[in-house]
Amino acid sequence: MQHDGFEAPYRLEYTYRRSTGPVIGRFLGALRDRRLEGVKTSAGRVLSPPGEYDPETGEDVGAPIDVGPGGVVTTWTWIAEPKPLHPVARPFAWALVRLDGADTAMLHAVDVGGDSGNIRTGLRVSPRWRAVRTGSIRDLECFVPEDLSARTEVRTLATESSGPVAMMPSSVQLDYTITAGRHLSTYLRALATKRIVGGRCPSCTKVYLPPRGACPTCGVPADAETEVADRGTVTTFCIIRIPFDAAPFPPPYASVAVLLDGADMPIFHLVRGVEPEEVRMGMRVRAVWVPDAELGPTLASIRWFEPSGEPDASYESIEGHL
Amino acid sequence: MSSVAGRAIAIVSFAELPPAERDTTREEAELVQPVVAEALARAGLDRKDVGFVCSGSCDYLIGRPFSFVAALDGVAPWPPIRESHVEMDGAWALYEAWVRLRCGDIDTAVVYAYGKSSLGDLPRVLAQQLDPYYLAPLGVDADALAGLQARALVDAGRAGERELASVREGRRISDGAAAIVLAVGDVARRLAKRPAWIRGIDHRIETHQLGARDLTRSSSTRLAAEHAGAFGRNPDVALLHAAFAHEEIILKDALGLDAATTEIPPPRADPMIVAGLTRLGRAASRILDGTAGRALAHATSGPCMQQNLVCVLDGAPEVAP
Repeated sequence: MQHDGFEAPYRLEYTYRRSTGPVIGRFLGALRDRRLEGVKTSAGRVLSPPGEYDPETGEDVGAPIDVGPGGVVTTWTWIAEPKPLHPVARPFAWALVRLDGADTAMLHAVDVGGDSGNIRTGLRVSPRWRAVRTGSIRDLECFVPEDLSARTEVRTLATESSGPVAMMPSSVQLDYTITAGRHLSTYLRALATKRIVGGRCPSCTKVYLPPRGACPTCGVPADAETEVADRGTVTTFCIIRIPFDAAPFPPPYASVAVLLDGADMPIFHLVRGVEPEEVRMGMRVRAVWVPDAELGPTLASIRWFEPSGEPDASYESIEGHL
Repeated sequence: MSSVAGRAIAIVSFAELPPAERDTTREEAELVQPVVAEALARAGLDRKDVGFVCSGSCDYLIGRPFSFVAALDGVAPWPPIRESHVEMDGAWALYEAWVRLRCGDIDTAVVYAYGKSSLGDLPRVLAQQLDPYYLAPLGVDADALAGLQARALVDAGRAGERELASVREGRRISDGAAAIVLAVGDVARRLAKRPAWIRGIDHRIETHQLGARDLTRSSSTRLAAEHAGAFGRNPDVALLHAAFAHEEIILKDALGLDAATTEIPPPRADPMIVAGLTRLGRAASRILDGTAGRALAHATSGPCMQQNLVCVLDGAPEVAP
């Protein structure tokens, strides 16, 4: 088993929404109104963006106060190749910007025309607002050098508050190339040739199916390749009677755990060719493989199991494998 | 401090996989099994005699929820074991194991960590720990934040082009695993000829609001070091956990380290989530093999080194046996 494992693209996605709370919700609402706010701590420090508590004392913060709209860059880093999710399409700087009247800094993008020679610590900047605002940190599109903003933006501050933001989208999308590892890859490759390969623990001699990186009882690799039969015994089953989107057949049908002859772990599959009510513990079944042209490195190479016609196996033969 | 509980706790063995740039042959249990087996073998400890198991890993690295459960096969969790897990670098798992050993009812613990950064986009993965309201929607990633910190240090006159170049080169990606065996008092003396006694260990975290921190100083490292008893006697060797050159400058300053009196090995491309635990293991190895009398180990976590752990190891236990 020296070959590389299988790999495949994989996207992890969480489509969460997130509640904002009174302090952050108010700040995001103010952004929608093109206003920048901070909060004052009991020690007199002004936090912007605001936090719900004073990071130095843990105490609640006070009422919101207006800050900015101008500020000063306190540190920066250049992004030569912006990504689609970044706020600025051409090369830009991420910067910490301390807004006028605030004691802490806000991280945001600074658009200096795509030339890194135009950004420096100490640069005075002003916000550039998006035309369509939703109550997000991105309503502030980016900061721009102060003199440039004076030419390009007509200040039209909203006079009425649109209120706080209660919820915000907070989705996660991450792309991976996942790998199966060599043990699982061995198992998958064998299925493409109508073979079922488990891994035997050299210590307790149990045959794991699929093979595992380590025997959970002995703590050694269970990697002695061992071919098992494509027939076996139903150890337990479940009759599915409720339809769902991914169901392989219209219900009712039976899912089974099959202990293949030569294996110590059952695999989970479907059984056909028998009324669901007749499926039982101890029933002998055999694999029905897909046509050769459809074989692949997947357990779906076995279409389902069907009764083999052999007499039922005894309970004693499966009781250690339930 | 270990004197409070009166139980001296030591690292008695360490094992790590050689970091690989990309390891497609091992899944979770396959990463963990060899290092745990090797660490136990070095200590001469039977897995059935292990009192507690604690691991550090991060599901986002591998992209698989509850991946630490799959990894458990590597420590043979049957019959059932006492086990815990932190969704952090293994250095914090070691801290939990150290606390657990101080309860007094068990004498040994195995700590392990595994990480596969090669499967995803590491700077984006690390961005998942950023503030979800103010930072995540912007698409800023961990390496860009390191750039902000490096520039702040340049502006303060404490770094230069070399440090900025280190950030531009980006974070080095690797996959791997490491394991450590901890033991108490006479058990430690039985398992190792020269145990690496934990004289002090502490970890501290700073505010999550990046703009409220002084990025040129690591106040959390300083405070953790004070509480771990790091000041007063120079360590012979210090293992620092830093991904970028400017981070080393900040850490040396916070820890009061002097390269003239303390050996500071250069950082290596150690795997995310494993790197901190390897600092503890390599520092301990220097005590175990007799090439150092006192060693300092440091681990970091979070954007711009938000959270830091410091451990002081010594060839002599503080507590009388």
